[in-house]
Amino acid sequence: MEKTFNLILTGVGGQGIITLLQVIDETAFVEGYDVRSSELHGLSQRGGSVEAHIRFGRKVYSPMVQNGQADLIIALELLEGLRESAKAGGKTRLLVNEYLLPFIGSPAKEEIVKDLNKVKSELYLVPASQECKDKLQNDVVCTLYLLGYAVGKGLIPFKKESVLRAIKNVIPEKYLDLNINAFKLGHD
Amino acid sequence: MKKILLGNDAIIQGALASGVSFVSGYPGCPSAEIGDNFGKIAKENGVYAEWSTNEKTALEAAIGASFSGLKSLVNMKSFGINVCSDSLLPLAYTGTKGAMVIVVADDPSCWSSAQTEQNSRVYAGFGHIPMLEPSDPQECYDFTKLAYKISEEFNTPVILHTTTRVNHQKAPVIFSEVKRDSQPKVGNFVKNPHQFSTMPPRTLEMKKELLDKIKKIKQIAEVSETNQITGGKSKIGIITSGISYLHVKEALEFLGSTCLPEGRDLPVLKLGFFYPLPEKKIKNFIKNLEKVLIVEELDGYLEKEITVLAKGANCKLEIFGKSVLSEIGELNTEKITVALAKVTGKKFVAFKTKKIDLPKRTARLCEGCPYWYVFPVLRRVAPDAIFGGDIGCNMIANLPPHSLSDYMFAMGAGIGISHGVSKAVNPAFVEASAGRQKVISIMGDGTFFHSGIAGLINAVYNKSNPLVVILDNRITAMTGHQPNPGMGKTLMGEDTQELSIEEITKACGVKNIKVLDPINVQELESTVKEFLEKGEISVIICKRICALLAKRQAK
Ligand SMILES: Cc1ncc(C[n+]2csc(CCOP(=O)(O)OP(=O)(O)O)c2C)c(N)n1
Repeated sequence: MEKTFNLILTGVGGQGIITLLQVIDETAFVEGYDVRSSELHGLSQRGGSVEAHIRFGRKVYSPMVQNGQADLIIALELLEGLRESAKAGGKTRLLVNEYLLPFIGSPAKEEIVKDLNKVKSELYLVPASQECKDKLQNDVVCTLYLLGYAVGKGLIPFKKESVLRAIKNVIPEKYLDLNINAFKLGHD
Repeated sequence: MKKILLGNDAIIQGALASGVSFVSGYPGCPSAEIGDNFGKIAKENGVYAEWSTNEKTALEAAIGASFSGLKSLVNMKSFGINVCSDSLLPLAYTGTKGAMVIVVADDPSCWSSAQTEQNSRVYAGFGHIPMLEPSDPQECYDFTKLAYKISEEFNTPVILHTTTRVNHQKAPVIFSEVKRDSQPKVGNFVKNPHQFSTMPPRTLEMKKELLDKIKKIKQIAEVSETNQITGGKSKIGIITSGISYLHVKEALEFLGSTCLPEGRDLPVLKLGFFYPLPEKKIKNFIKNLEKVLIVEELDGYLEKEITVLAKGANCKLEIFGKSVLSEIGELNTEKITVALAKVTGKKFVAFKTKKIDLPKRTARLCEGCPYWYVFPVLRRVAPDAIFGGDIGCNMIANLPPHSLSDYMFAMGAGIGISHGVSKAVNPAFVEASAGRQKVISIMGDGTFFHSGIAGLINAVYNKSNPLVVILDNRITAMTGHQPNPGMGKTLMGEDTQELSIEEITKACGVKNIKVLDPINVQELESTVKEFLEKGEISVIICKRICALLAKRQAK
């Protein structure tokens, strides 16, 4: 890979962004890249919009992605995906979980999807939460499903085996199978 | 070994490798994982770790350990240093015995901070305390070790100053995993009041010793590898430190590949020491420059210092800093790129984010949060009351749909201010309280133990009559579920005495006290009504466990 890969994760506090970030960081590390990421912690984030940045490549300095420079934005939630699309540049692809966490005053799902489709970026709208709920009886792992999807579609330059190894390195034994299954489900 | 570590975890590794055996602190974002994670590994590493009741008691605990010869680590967020400063300044005078590193984590842009966008750097010069500024997890590890070395050699506390993007940055770190004995180290207090007690005329002698010490440490700073120069021989240079350094390198790469081919030629002086500054090194660096850009977050402290140094070293030097970089909000590659373009006279058009008008998703109370029962009742029963907010998850009371708080400051400040308001609006309140403005003040259980008790005592002693609602959700919730004195557990998971908020309140002299479960909304409602009519201060303790904690305990 010639250039540094710039990735933004977005969603709602409590959706599991940090775990997803951990797996991606570790995968980049397993693949031998330099990697840096930036996250926000604390219950103060709970229920609010959250955003994390990951950059990997030959040599990375800043842990944060510049506006317009993301190669990929992974959104765990529709409205947050639309919000983040403001930072999408010419090369940015958008991978959005077709899942809405509504709140008082939030727009309707159809409206958000309509606006997302108007964004001038390659858009991948995937029912990750629904799929995980139906097939794994657990929608928290939609994060790994989305990563599987991104790897399967070549949206992120990772080998499948590297991700599987990374998952084993960072996910506790108890939840390992569930996470691997979600990843494979998204991938295939 | 080489592993991906969070900045905070790299600090832990650095402390372990340096032989730390006493850890104290008070939780806050973005430093909390230092204490949290030490709590998990302390025992097996022969380390004692505690969450103290506030930052002042935390620092004082470490001072005691240091005077007994143990190496200590103190951790806190920005505001914590304000709380402990009363003991921090004399500590610089007495100096330490066992080495001590104090981590102070600022939060530019206020990602997880309410009260101010604090820049804690000011304490270094003010207190004459050496301060190091790492920019990434590797430096968190390396600088922690260096901080212990300096502390050990010069018997001074050393502050490791970090920011959110450093504490919560993950990157590969090369470190040696130390095998530590699980047998805790025993301190030995050797009496030495000459050194450990500040009292004139010793105080002024101590000040002289301190200033001499800082002069010596300055010489270390002059030759330290943490103050490093990279880049080429251009006449335009950059001086920076902390996280800004990483953004600077990125900005230079970026500009180099677009409109400033010579970008990679700009010399960069990265300062690891914020205090004392390596003045000679800086003078040498700026000596032959035409322009220098100083890249630092928030206030321009370096800029001020360097402006003075330039008078002697290079009076023609053009200095840029806060004239091209904002004092508000954290820096990033983009802001620095724009500043660099201005300084180098290049045209650079920053990426314009699209305008998408969407409703904000603000933090909200979790499902099942006990506060859902309390806030609506207060609003309904006393819509016209003056409402004092405090810090914690409970500050969501400020936001819609609750929109309760009329003022909010710092931990424990709610009751303090409410007392003043109550006195001010009810000058002769005992007789005339009916029909006057009522005052209600909330605070969490963690905050009660942190600093709320002092405000409560002042209100009782000086006879005001706010209604204080203590939201006892059985944990310090907002900062990530840390134990507090009301829970009967310590950071290391040991059982301890469970302090009763009710008994303490009683002992403070409050006569009207009610403990209830707020799920009994009618009881809460009638108590609020009853207590608002009282001529003296009254306290309702709403005791119900945090919903997330309850869920976790059930697992
Ligand atoms: C001096 C200081 N130290 C630490 C913090 C970080 N902090 C923010 S909220 C909070 C805890 C509040 O806990 P509690 O009073 O129990 O309220 P809850 O979150 O449970 O509502 C802390 C420690 C701070 N704001 N100020």
